[in-house]
Amino acid sequence: MQRLLFGALCAILLAACQTTSTTKDAGAPVEERNPSATGSGTATTGTSTTGITGNPTGSTGAGGNPLKDPSSPLSKRIVYFEFDSYVVKDEYKPMIEAHGRYLQSNRGARMTIQGSTDERGSREYNIALGQRRADALKKMLLLYGATEIQIETVSFGKEKPRRDGHDEASWTENRRDEIVFAGE
Amino acid sequence: MTRILCRLLLALAVLTSGAARAQLTIEIVGGGATNIPIAIVPFANEGTYPLSITQIVGNDLARSGLFKIVDAGGVNPRPARPEDVRYGDWTSRGADAVVVGSMTPLSDGRIEVRFYLLDVVKQSLLAGFTYVVTPAQVRATAHRIADVIYEKLTGSPGVFSTRIAYIAKQGSKYELFVAEADGFNPLSIVNSNEPLLSPVWSPDGTRIAYVSLENKKPVIYVQMLATGARQVVANFRGSNSAPAWAPDSSKLAVTLSKDGGSQLYLINADGSGVQRLATSAGIDTEANFAPDGRSILFTSDRGGSPQIYRLTLANGSVERMTYEGSYNVSPRHLPDGKGFIFVRRDGNRFNIALQDFATRQVQVLTQGALDESPSVAPNGKLVIYASEVGGRGILAAVSSDGRVKQRLTAAASDVREPAWGPLVK
Repeated sequence: MQRLLFGALCAILLAACQTTSTTKDAGAPVEERNPSATGSGTATTGTSTTGITGNPTGSTGAGGNPLKDPSSPLSKRIVYFEFDSYVVKDEYKPMIEAHGRYLQSNRGARMTIQGSTDERGSREYNIALGQRRADALKKMLLLYGATEIQIETVSFGKEKPRRDGHDEASWTENRRDEIVFAGE
Repeated sequence: MTRILCRLLLALAVLTSGAARAQLTIEIVGGGATNIPIAIVPFANEGTYPLSITQIVGNDLARSGLFKIVDAGGVNPRPARPEDVRYGDWTSRGADAVVVGSMTPLSDGRIEVRFYLLDVVKQSLLAGFTYVVTPAQVRATAHRIADVIYEKLTGSPGVFSTRIAYIAKQGSKYELFVAEADGFNPLSIVNSNEPLLSPVWSPDGTRIAYVSLENKKPVIYVQMLATGARQVVANFRGSNSAPAWAPDSSKLAVTLSKDGGSQLYLINADGSGVQRLATSAGIDTEANFAPDGRSILFTSDRGGSPQIYRLTLANGSVERMTYEGSYNVSPRHLPDGKGFIFVRRDGNRFNIALQDFATRQVQVLTQGALDESPSVAPNGKLVIYASEVGGRGILAAVSSDGRVKQRLTAAASDVREPAWGPLVK
């Protein structure tokens, strides 16, 4: 419920300030798309750059940036994991495929995947666990057409939780990968 | 460019370091079984100085849990030299040892501190030292006296003169502090708005390596304590973490993900000459050198669950060390090389434990819910670790026999990631 509200709020915010480059909120878990928030226009689905290395469309701001379009799967940036698991759940496949294809058609685009864990256990071992989560997502992106050089995987371990609580609800939100594009 | 940024950050750190009050307060929460009764007579003339030197000595000894401080009040005249001591005064009070001494101002402003440790039972002198110090060195001198007493009466070196490092988190600010072993005089050496973790002292005591997320990824730094200058040691593609010093302070074992997965590497302390230490399909991390430098303990999940393994450097052979339980991590050698401290999970609890190399016997030392990040005192007698009370991070210490427990808390701060510094030569 909270997430839905937040998602709607993000969409409204994004629609309201489509010319400024507030990309922070794009990293939120926008699980529910708001169909009314299409103010930034339709996505340019990787048209121009096949075979050409050049500026990624992601860096040219303005209206046609699919990374900032809340109706695009590219605006989804978080993948959540089960306890003690590195398996990317099926529900994320459409979103991951979209990111993989985007990297494929925008060879200049670069992303970092930041893996995280919940607060239980050794800080350093959790750095390694978060790294494994980030690597798991990268592997899928490579299958969808991204190249090795486009993706750096790093880990925050348990150091940067989304929620500070010491309960299952918080832990569920903290076991995750976050995608951040270069320049964002 | 990044170097300039680092300098700026450091300058900022120095400027703002006074802001956080992360002074630790120590509370003894469990006593030892064998207490040596000792009387400490206030030193002649010590009342003219702002710090009571004998009180600091007494606090140090009491905190170790191995001593019982016998009341020295009412003995008249107060002895200051061995020849002044009437042993009958002390046998009647049940003291096995007595400390006397004096402080004499010198013409150059310095102080001559004399102290004597006497065996009441044998009626003999155990130790006698004279120090000439500045008024600013009185605390350090008290710790040194406590070290001498501890060593003479227990047979192990004292660690009262050593320092500890720890991370304090206040709001969204992270600071790396270095303080005296009793928590006094905390000095902020790095300060960041992003997490800091895994500080480790170089065995020569001149540098601290740590991990910082200030560049939006884990990067390993080494910082000189004398100058505050710091250097990036590992900033490869991916994550760079879990630094561990080799005994000669020239190299570090680190965990890097640059070639895929989290794997162990050896790197020079200036960041040059990186070489791979081991290869596995799983996670290898949390290296810790044996005191002789010939092997490394580390955490790996190559067998399915995180367990502790030993890598022999000469031939690359790897041997599993822990078998009990499904989560054994964060190994740290005891300085005598006979065993190691680690963190084990039992159900939902994480506790500090000790395993003996020869017998493979495991002794659980703590009973908290979330005990982690152990660091062993250089005499092997105490382990400092991070724990949690009421949702707040605190530091705690336990003797390596599990009997003596202390709690170190800092007002208004989460404290974590303690690292015990080496013996002061």
